Amino acid sequence: MGGAGGLSDSDRQWSEEAFSRRTIEEIKEKLKTVKHKILVLSGKGGVGKSTFSAHLAHGLAEDENTQVALLDIDICGPSIPKMMGLEGEQVHQSGSGWSPVFLEDNLGVMSVGFLLSSPDDAVIWRGPKKNGMIKQFLRDVDWGEVDYLIVDTPPGTSDEHLSAVQYLSAAHVDGAVIITTPQEVSLQDVRKEISFCHKVKLPIIGVVENMSVFVCPKCKKESQIFPPTTGGAEVLCQDLKIPLLGKVPLDPHIGKSCDKGQSFLIDAPDSPAALAYRGIIQKIQEFCGLHQPKEEHLISS
Amino acid sequence: MSACFPLESAGSQPPLGSSTTCGPRVSELTEAGNLAGVQHIILVLSGKGGVGKSTISTELALALRHAGKKVGILDVDLCGPSIPRMLRAQGRAVHQCDGGWVPVYVDQEQSICLMSVGFLLENPDEAVVWRGPKKNDTPPGTSDEHMATVDALRPYGPLGALVVTTPQAVSVGDVRRELTFCRKTGLRVLGVVENMSGFVCPHCAECTSIFSRGGGEELASHAGVPFLGSVPLDPELTKSLEEGRDFIREFPESPAFPALLSIAQKVLIEAPARVP
Repeated sequence: MGGAGGLSDSDRQWSEEAFSRRTIEEIKEKLKTVKHKILVLSGKGGVGKSTFSAHLAHGLAEDENTQVALLDIDICGPSIPKMMGLEGEQVHQSGSGWSPVFLEDNLGVMSVGFLLSSPDDAVIWRGPKKNGMIKQFLRDVDWGEVDYLIVDTPPGTSDEHLSAVQYLSAAHVDGAVIITTPQEVSLQDVRKEISFCHKVKLPIIGVVENMSVFVCPKCKKESQIFPPTTGGAEVLCQDLKIPLLGKVPLDPHIGKSCDKGQSFLIDAPDSPAALAYRGIIQKIQEFCGLHQPKEEHLISS
Repeated sequence: MSACFPLESAGSQPPLGSSTTCGPRVSELTEAGNLAGVQHIILVLSGKGGVGKSTISTELALALRHAGKKVGILDVDLCGPSIPRMLRAQGRAVHQCDGGWVPVYVDQEQSICLMSVGFLLENPDEAVVWRGPKKNDTPPGTSDEHMATVDALRPYGPLGALVVTTPQAVSVGDVRRELTFCRKTGLRVLGVVENMSGFVCPHCAECTSIFSRGGGEELASHAGVPFLGSVPLDPELTKSLEEGRDFIREFPESPAFPALLSIAQKVLIEAPARVP
């Protein structure tokens, strides 16, 4: 073993791997009380992934008997606190870990955004520190008994993605929902994202096409603001044999509700966008229902 | 992040288009002389993904070209390089010569050249998963890759930064952090551009603020930087980018045109110039 000079390279590598394996096991233990885990991904930024994650959480939590948790691991662009109306909230530590911020009794939220003291604070973090934060969120948050944990990820295929998937690898993730807009610019990133999911053996629940069509509130005529020049998500899903969970039209209510930190499912329940969301949420619940967590024997330590 | 280099020659640059030279070289940025012929460097930042950063970079380049400038674009979005497609340059091969990578000319007149990691991917559907030290360029968000790019370009300063947002509070929240980053790293902010600012229904002319309103101006005012303008949602613009067309030349009647031109004009006036 290394003397005064510290660990040798191989010792360090061994201890890092052992630490990783131990962390993965610790995370698995901590998440044992979480029944279903869903990652929300997008290849491209700005397609409405966080908006979707927030409303998936709202939608699932409308049933008081369903315990929902929302984890925002977009370390550099944490949008969830604002969208959930929780800006300025603090996280607390207790004996059993970090406590999430509870929006409702059955809806808990954790985000790095809660750790920033001012909305102007720039989160300029380097690789290992980012991984460390993700590890902490997954291992040290005391979620309690949870039916659905929704993980809002940063866009792309980055360190954060790999970290999250690795850390969750032993804890049975139900699958990933991939968000896109109709444009080819977005779809080409979705293909990369799907490729990533296959590489890391992450099941894909399906694709959601956001910003599908715009219905003018005045004349009710439709416009394609983001034209699906290559067939949109529908053709992509057919080609790659992946379920299209639904298409959500553009609706000014969504942006307004998010700015106010409210659920647009409550603010505009009869809008076509709200109806589309409900259909998608139902499909996700059905998918999770088919994949019940296995009974696992606890290994006595 | 993209960097736009209007390359108005000060005479120190070898003639473009000559078969014996490799043209302007956007390469190892630590090599002195590679950016010697570049008069202005503008970083297009957002802090939030999907607000139209690559769109604004591309349209700014096209508008500057129409103003008679020679422009280089460096697309350093490692995980989602969109710019090649926007300029109909996808699938082009890049070559290396003595001085480094040779950027790709996107037009016959050779007034816009582009270097993008998109050119380095063999299969466009390949996931680009970069870890740690391999990355030396940057995507949205404020991270070590951002720092590396700014540090690498700083010797060729002064740099100007153009920050893009959409009107929503959620975007503004992220972009505020980006402006802090600019302040901390001493980057001069030319101004804020608000993209996706409303949509005028082509059937009844009603204007709807689909992504909320007012965020860009408030942000600029809060940060004490100029507000450069609002670009409305415009399906012709979206389509042009999908098809790699020159929106500035082909759609001067379209709603986004006046805003884009005005922003380009402000950049022409305000961009800090290097002293030769």
